[in-house]
Amino acid sequence: MEGGVVLLDFWPSSFTMRVKIALAEKGIKYECKHEDLFNKSPLLLEMNPVHKKIPVLIHNGKPISESLIIVQYIDEVWNHKSPLLPSDPYQRSQALFWGDYLDKKMYSCGKRIWVGKEDQEEAKEELMKILKTMEGELGDKLYFGGDSIGYVDVALVPFTSWFYTFETCGNFSIEADCPKLIAWAKRCKESESVCKALPDPLEIYGFMLQLKKRLGLN
Amino acid sequence: MAEIHVMISSCERNVGIATAIRRKPVLANFTSKLQQTMADEDEVKLFGMWASPYSRRVELALKLKGIPFQYVEEDLSSKSCLLLKYNPVHQKIPVLVHNGKPIAESLVIMEYIDETWTNNPILPQDPYDRAMARFWAKFIDEKLLMTARKVSFASGKEKEQVIDEITEQLKLLESELQGKEYFSGPSIGYLDIVASVLVFWFGNVQEALGVDMFTQEKFPIIFGWIGKVFEIDAVKECRIPKEKHLEYIRTRLEALKSASK
Repeated sequence: MEGGVVLLDFWPSSFTMRVKIALAEKGIKYECKHEDLFNKSPLLLEMNPVHKKIPVLIHNGKPISESLIIVQYIDEVWNHKSPLLPSDPYQRSQALFWGDYLDKKMYSCGKRIWVGKEDQEEAKEELMKILKTMEGELGDKLYFGGDSIGYVDVALVPFTSWFYTFETCGNFSIEADCPKLIAWAKRCKESESVCKALPDPLEIYGFMLQLKKRLGLN
Repeated sequence: MAEIHVMISSCERNVGIATAIRRKPVLANFTSKLQQTMADEDEVKLFGMWASPYSRRVELALKLKGIPFQYVEEDLSSKSCLLLKYNPVHQKIPVLVHNGKPIAESLVIMEYIDETWTNNPILPQDPYDRAMARFWAKFIDEKLLMTARKVSFASGKEKEQVIDEITEQLKLLESELQGKEYFSGPSIGYLDIVASVLVFWFGNVQEALGVDMFTQEKFPIIFGWIGKVFEIDAVKECRIPKEKHLEYIRTRLEALKSASK
């Protein structure tokens, strides 16, 4: 496969949403190939043989995996507009730090909430701790990136499409404890790049219910 | 804040001007002039722990770049106020503090070092090659090292399965060395520095555990790379004394096993 940009996608995944936002911010045209994670395509297995996971970005036939590595790649290749990472090395290091923090914490925490076993309460507390930490990091800024969407915004905002699912499964309110973060999420969604990449939270909830059934987790 | 009492082991590493890797004389001259300039202008501190591969890789990056730094040894059973102040989120080493500004997470620190001190670049120039280097670094940290940790706690059939998993992961990593002097190409770079855990730790850990998972027979290309890497002065300076390391691993294992009973 030569030329162009292809994204191997799975619509409910916060990780592929990150890549979609980054591509949209840069105005990059790409082909989106939807994967069924219960029936992975030969292309996915060929392009990400190590992890066999989405997202995979294929640029001029060459694959890149791991969502934040892809976002950083996009930022470096298409550096003509909408920089996602700051130009100052120290500010960059802080952005990369927070991206890494979210990668280490968010997914596994969220999963424990919607799976809903004995560790759910602990996971809810952990989630609120993570979100409060991020709210502190946001401070009075419009976005984590300052005046415009940046790397950390791209890293975090996709998970907000799963907030309704977490809240419903865990019977709690994220907005009650993190109003600034919810305001930030709404602000991000006014941007077309984010609005188009994030599915309706109700659709995510429906997907989760189907997934639980399929995995026998009810 | 209390001053940190700096403990320097006489046989372990240097505090102050580090030795640059031996390259062409022009580069060596440039490097020593840069060292002097930086010594006059910059304050670089590394909070680390002698047995931590994450800490050692940052040291190695600093030494390869010839960056003068002050090393601060942390007692992980009693973390200093400064460490907790500089890394309140994770409260872990390594932390690099450059002119009072802290950076945590070893891979983040390494990118910062490369962008701030642009001599002897450790990351490739090409964005695709950079993405690949980052991918394999993440693989080492999130797959290989995580799997290797399980060996300590597994036994019987489970232990065999874990060792099979490590073998598979090491084989994948080894394939990245095919046709290359170093992971980074003709000279040592970012991925070699991250992979230095194979140089310093794997052999000692398997000896302490009495397992046979990382041998020259199984991984001839990786062992060839280890031999080359050990010829580099900066790498030799970052070497951990074997007996001290074996003792440390055994003590930690005993403590973990007692805690899990």
